[in-house]
Amino acid sequence: MRRAKMVRNAIGRFVPAEIPGIGSFEPYAGAMAKIAERRERPRICAPLKATPPSRNKVAPDLKEAVRRSGLENGMTISFHHHFRNGDALMALVLATLDEMGFRDLTLAPSSLPDTADFVADYIRRGVVTRLHTSGLRGEVGRAVSAGELEIPVVIRTHGGRARAVEEGSIAIDVAFMGAPACDALGNFTGCIGKSACGALGYAQVDARHARHVIALTDDLMDYPVRPRISVPQYLVDQVVVVDSLGDPTKIATGAARITRNPVDLCVAKNAFDLVAASGLLAPGCSFQVGAGGASLAVAAFVREHLREKGIRGSFGLGGISGFMSGMLEEGLFNAMFDVQSFDSAVTGSMVRNPNHIEIDASWYANPLNKGCLVHNLDVVILAALEVDPEFHVNVMTGNDGVLRGASGGHADTAAGAELAIVVAPSFRGGVPTIKDSVKTVITPGETVDAIVTERGICINPARADLLEAALKANLPVKDIADLQKEVERLTGVPRPVEYDEDHIVAVVEYRDGTLLDTVCRTLRR
Amino acid sequence: MLYMPGNSPGMLQHAPVFGADSVLLDLEDAVAVAEKDAARRLVAHFLRVLDFGRVEVTVRINGADTPYFETDLEEIIPARPSAVRLPKCQSPGDVLRADALMTAIEERHGMEAGTVGIHAMLETARGLEHAFEIATASPRVKALTLGGQDLTADLGVQKTREGWELFYARGRVVMAARAAGIAAFDTVWTDVDDPEGLAAEAKQIVEMGFTGKAAIHPSQIPVIHEAFRPDPREFRRAWRIVTAAEEAERQGKGVLLVDGRMVDGPIVVRAQRLLDLGVLYGMKGDETA
Repeated sequence: MRRAKMVRNAIGRFVPAEIPGIGSFEPYAGAMAKIAERRERPRICAPLKATPPSRNKVAPDLKEAVRRSGLENGMTISFHHHFRNGDALMALVLATLDEMGFRDLTLAPSSLPDTADFVADYIRRGVVTRLHTSGLRGEVGRAVSAGELEIPVVIRTHGGRARAVEEGSIAIDVAFMGAPACDALGNFTGCIGKSACGALGYAQVDARHARHVIALTDDLMDYPVRPRISVPQYLVDQVVVVDSLGDPTKIATGAARITRNPVDLCVAKNAFDLVAASGLLAPGCSFQVGAGGASLAVAAFVREHLREKGIRGSFGLGGISGFMSGMLEEGLFNAMFDVQSFDSAVTGSMVRNPNHIEIDASWYANPLNKGCLVHNLDVVILAALEVDPEFHVNVMTGNDGVLRGASGGHADTAAGAELAIVVAPSFRGGVPTIKDSVKTVITPGETVDAIVTERGICINPARADLLEAALKANLPVKDIADLQKEVERLTGVPRPVEYDEDHIVAVVEYRDGTLLDTVCRTLRR
Repeated sequence: MLYMPGNSPGMLQHAPVFGADSVLLDLEDAVAVAEKDAARRLVAHFLRVLDFGRVEVTVRINGADTPYFETDLEEIIPARPSAVRLPKCQSPGDVLRADALMTAIEERHGMEAGTVGIHAMLETARGLEHAFEIATASPRVKALTLGGQDLTADLGVQKTREGWELFYARGRVVMAARAAGIAAFDTVWTDVDDPEGLAAEAKQIVEMGFTGKAAIHPSQIPVIHEAFRPDPREFRRAWRIVTAAEEAERQGKGVLLVDGRMVDGPIVVRAQRLLDLGVLYGMKGDETA
């Protein structure tokens, strides 16, 4: 859309007050500003819908199920992204909807994986005209960055999306839910079945709030699905049996290995040293880490530390990798809270271990409910594409300014955790990570306690206590401006990306529903 | 001391960050023949532009028996590394030849003679037999360093995990270096996936008297440091000994007791050495823990 009435938010970024076709927005006012209001607000739930007694909700086929759902042009459809790069479901459903002549739909998946390039075609064909997502990559990222979608994309965190669904900012008309193990009445779970994906935390939110829920499965099981039901039958309208939900080898990948990249390991060691210096790794601690190179390596150091000192933590949280579920099995944590499972090892752990607990996205990170888990986190380790001296973090737009990342739980966990550490090599491919100002703010600097690279640890000046602990532990602490200069001596300073500032292609919504930043159309050089 | 291939800019740019006390930029074995010129230019350039901080930089040049030897010296010496590592030193003559070339190059570039040191690599039986003469051939020689791979090849034996085949050679290198008053550096541990083996070997060579050990991967650095870092209890004991000795000297006492044991001269000297090493690792003796 063309730049309209813009307002300046608390971090000095200009954001629109209204997006035609989506609604009005408040500017970001601080990480805890909305929470501090302590306002009670209505929650939009799935309607009660009297259904005559039945032993079978299986529809003859997808098209018939779509007809029965009452889906119309202009409505909102949702998907979960638990199948990650193995997902074949969204492609199947969009192709069917296109064939049936649907247009002008709002696509509101919990995220878009790398393999969702086909969505760009449906944008071009007018099947999809609005998009709400956490991740935006590949061809879709390029199409959106080039301005191919008239209405700006709303980029949300996982917790922010749960909030948006619950408050009705995303009003899902029909949720198409991949259901790896499902029975004829619609009870389903992701922890078993031939396309098992583990936790279904994002699907659970949609199932509770969508007007119509269609469970799609390639593994229809005897009633009832067991030993676990992630989404119960009373939330599901119809069941559709399809040939395949996707590629099981890409849905449940092998366990992620700890990186051997020496620079990443160096970053991880520095980050771990800071965690250790903070004193937070005490009995009853809680911990979250991403699955990426340096992040997972930090988990390996933490594991070693807990073992050595005989410390038992309270819980691990997040997207759970096999590495984390291994720590649960070892007794290093009381419980693992799992909103999304990263690899096949996790799926087995969920079935075997009652302390491996499936949680929905609202429980995980919705900032405006009565208590989400990220607010109980002691330590989180997060990645970054770029950072700046204000400690703002970008995980969304690449060095060319094109959308190529995912907001995910980044801002949620940073806001909630006692200690939020962002890890990144100080430069990648000759491009420095610390910029004068990040292109797109996904996580505001006030929620980031430290930025850790292989060349030093930069501590947010707001955390004098942490700085003191780090200095006491003889850690390589550097002022972020000094580190920026040090790296720029090696890399030079990259030319800033040129944007068409009048053309907004996406907005970054903070977890509380306010607008944090704006993404503009990239200009081709 | 971390070996880094001289033809890999991606790795060289990270030379200062891995916690090694020194880096060895390699122009010899790590670099294929077709890459020799490029590596030499790259290393000379890095030496001039990269801030290595407190990391000491040594360049391993190609041997005197190769066509690259003189060009290596010609281009590397003016870039002022702390030292060059001379591979396969067989006799004092090898050192003297390099010394003469280096002096001429330094002179031509307006550098003070002797700016760049020599680390003499002993990696043949013959070189080992001349260890002390090599160590004392020139004041430029700052260290003897054992090349275990080539030496075992020369001896016609296998390199074992326990390393007994190198036991004599190691003793000889340490003894010659100590007699010449220079540093003694141990060879590499080649199995990156076996940190336990490295830890055992590192402990052994520290006990034998080596003052450094080469690493071929950044992951080996903390393991080697661990072997050199004094045990905190021993460190505190050394601190008590040295403090007591200083006190005794002030009071003019000859014999002193520490922890109920009599302490004499050599014990104080050993304690002082351990204390110095511990201080390098940031240890503090007066901390009771």
